[in-house]
Amino acid sequence: MPDLLAILLTAVFVNNFVLVKFLGLCPVMGVSKQIESAVGLSLATAFVLTMASGLSYLVYAWLLVPLDLLWMRTLAFILVIAALVQVVEAVMRRQFPLLYQVLGIFLPLITTNCAVLGVALLNTREQHDLLDSLVFGLGASLGFGLVLVLFAGLRERIHAGDVPAAFQGAPIGLITAGLMALGFMGFAGMGSRG
Amino acid sequence: MSSSIALHGFHGGLRLPGHKIAASAASSRACPLPPTLILPLGQYGGSLAQVLVAPGDRVRRGQLVARADGLAANVHAPAAGSIVAIEPRPVPHICGLPASCIVLAVDTDADTDDRAICFPPMVEWQQADAQSLLERIADAGIVGLGGAAFPTATKLGYPIELLVINGAECEPWIACDQMLLRERAQEVCTGARIMRQIVGATRVVLAIEDRMQDAAEAVRAALDSSTDIELVEVPTIFPQGGERQLIRVLTGKEVPSGGYPVDIGVLCHNVGTAAAVYRAIVRGEPLLERYVSVTGHGVLAAGTWRVTIGTPVEWLIAQAGGYSGDAARVVLGGSMTGTAIATDAVPIVKASNCVLVLTTDQLRDPAPELPCIRCGECARVCPAQLLPQQLHWFIRAADWDAVESHALIDCIECGLCAQVCPSHIPLVDWYRHGKTELHLRADAQQRADAARKRFEARTLRLAQAQAERTERLAARQAVDEESPASDPIAAAVQRAAARKRSEGGPEHGA
Amino acid sequence: MIEAVLALSGLGVLLGALLGWAAVRFRREDAPLVDAIDRILPQTQCAQCGFPGCRPYAEAIARGAADINQCPPGGEAGIQALAALLGREAKPLDATHGSEQPARVAWIDEEVCIGCTKCIQACPVDAIIGAPKLMHTVLIDACTGCDLCVAPCPVDCIYMLPASSGIAVWRAPRPAAARLQNITFLRVP
Repeated sequence: MPDLLAILLTAVFVNNFVLVKFLGLCPVMGVSKQIESAVGLSLATAFVLTMASGLSYLVYAWLLVPLDLLWMRTLAFILVIAALVQVVEAVMRRQFPLLYQVLGIFLPLITTNCAVLGVALLNTREQHDLLDSLVFGLGASLGFGLVLVLFAGLRERIHAGDVPAAFQGAPIGLITAGLMALGFMGFAGMGSRG
Repeated sequence: MSSSIALHGFHGGLRLPGHKIAASAASSRACPLPPTLILPLGQYGGSLAQVLVAPGDRVRRGQLVARADGLAANVHAPAAGSIVAIEPRPVPHICGLPASCIVLAVDTDADTDDRAICFPPMVEWQQADAQSLLERIADAGIVGLGGAAFPTATKLGYPIELLVINGAECEPWIACDQMLLRERAQEVCTGARIMRQIVGATRVVLAIEDRMQDAAEAVRAALDSSTDIELVEVPTIFPQGGERQLIRVLTGKEVPSGGYPVDIGVLCHNVGTAAAVYRAIVRGEPLLERYVSVTGHGVLAAGTWRVTIGTPVEWLIAQAGGYSGDAARVVLGGSMTGTAIATDAVPIVKASNCVLVLTTDQLRDPAPELPCIRCGECARVCPAQLLPQQLHWFIRAADWDAVESHALIDCIECGLCAQVCPSHIPLVDWYRHGKTELHLRADAQQRADAARKRFEARTLRLAQAQAERTERLAARQAVDEESPASDPIAAAVQRAAARKRSEGGPEHGA
Repeated sequence: MIEAVLALSGLGVLLGALLGWAAVRFRREDAPLVDAIDRILPQTQCAQCGFPGCRPYAEAIARGAADINQCPPGGEAGIQALAALLGREAKPLDATHGSEQPARVAWIDEEVCIGCTKCIQACPVDAIIGAPKLMHTVLIDACTGCDLCVAPCPVDCIYMLPASSGIAVWRAPRPAAARLQNITFLRVP
């Protein structure tokens, strides 16, 4: 159990996928203009990430390893992720249609979100079992969502403030993201002894 | 003795220098009637009263000249005279726009009021029922004299537990409530008792600031050891006299955001309103005069006056000795929430409590607005526990959803945030802008929704009319097909002839 | 090699079946984005945007056939609200569709009106009351200022007047303009 907690906390803070590993930056810059869409996208990504993490482990353990097809794992994982994203899209279209139409192109882009593929591949490298994979995926998605929502909150307030014309929009956003990354460096070494 | 009620605090606030000695040193004086009285018809934001007189009419003192319609107050002639005109005149409103007023030329011998109209005095008011008391208060045109000018009868229409009579006059320079308490404490107490009877309150608290010891003595003498009204002294902090702040201090409870004190079973009325209620009920007088402080270094003889409603400010200042040499600005109200007027021809209205004339050296340095440095002082002093800095950013960026969710509606425009801002940002001006924009936005949304409904109803109506027409056409075609008239023209001629016969028949007969 | 192909194909078939089931299970027809856009539009039904009403314009925006800056009665506030809803950048009003005017209402000169009902038929919100050969008059509270009644009138008796002004609809100005606005009395420091 402490190992699972360590995996979770490490994925959320110490090795945050967005600010430490710098994966999944596309939606973070694109969907962070408003908190509502940020929350919506992070929930969608969380679902896909966790499910993909588990499903890709299963595919890995039950299909690829017995048939000695490890060299195909990238292809197989992408297949799983793409299918999952389609399912999430269909669910969202039915249950949260307004959010679906506002998120627009960014929903299918979860497929190409390198954080999702990154989680799946990291699971194989770290040799996680199923439970570890699921917790790792959950932690990664929590960290992703945390950064996305925090960043959206910051951007909303910055948008209302006095930004010099040359910095408005993406430049001040990137500077803010960089400062957040600096902040998250403070988590390095958390939980380790000595 | 002061009641032993445990006092709470309220967030923010500042101790400000009082500047009240000038207005409260001597007794109040009666301001003589001016040659012309100007009576605005509206409470700004409510509806206009309906005029009952025309130019040329002669009126008696106390005569009803405009009847309240909707959220408005009755307007009475404060003196005998004749109606000169009903026209737009400058009024004390921050926008500086004129509003519809009745202009009354006062008779030269109008100081005698033996031909005055008044209501029958209700000396036995303890036996009267609440409805007749409320009707008298509405008929007398009584509104909140603390500044908001809300119709008092409407505000007294709910049952409540705690009635607070607000004598905590916290704004610098103003001393009219203090003088009223000092000189007419008995009227205030009786008025409070009348109000208590109407709303059925179990507790009545008369709150004054702890520096108003002269008023405290007068009230204690008037109460004469009766315990039905508790006299409570609250600390002298601005804006202690704000309704919500006072209720918080006395009860520890907060009025909900966007709500009213009646929501938590409390009602708050100004001491002047209580005295006006006494006069209306017991003496049968409509609201015709009020206490007004004329003060500031820009008048030669500061003091507090009993002023007839409708008196032009220039007349009142002349009574107070006139302007001093370096008078620079006239403010109606106090130094925190008052509004500067563009001309001294504006009249004293029911809500006016003070005329403050500032000299050049008292004016705030109109330094250019510097950028906000996010110091947070404004939030520290805000008595409504708002985030003035964020509100300012959001209003600047026109992010109206955020402005609404940050509760701009709870801002009481006390001016403390602008007072402490090191960048001289005119925060209250931003909030006023925000409030009117929000109000108009809500209005526009309502109109758009109504227009959409009308449009959809019309589309439906047209579609139905079209459907009926098609049906009728189809029915006629079916009839035509049944009777095989191969020549449609002949059939049409036949139909026309038949119609003519049935129409022409009665005429031929007659 | 053959195992690789079979493995992936099998995986693909499995996932495809899952997707097919999801597509059927979660089917939905509505278009609530159009409703949300329509709620923002001012409902003037004036057709200045190039579409015959506010709802068609909302539908066009939703399917990407129209830009968000084509509505003069909505003005800049409307464009900002649409931009916030759709997550796009706000842009200035497209001048080819008209310019933002202050609120106006129609007024029929009763001396001249001939009772032809052409304006009644033109009004998209039924804000004109009247009957053939009887006086027509505009309900001020219902009139949206769309101007559609002015053209059909054969005797040109309809005028567009500014909507109500005065204290009740006064807009407190942004402070940069308001500084020292009223305070010119006696002395300006």
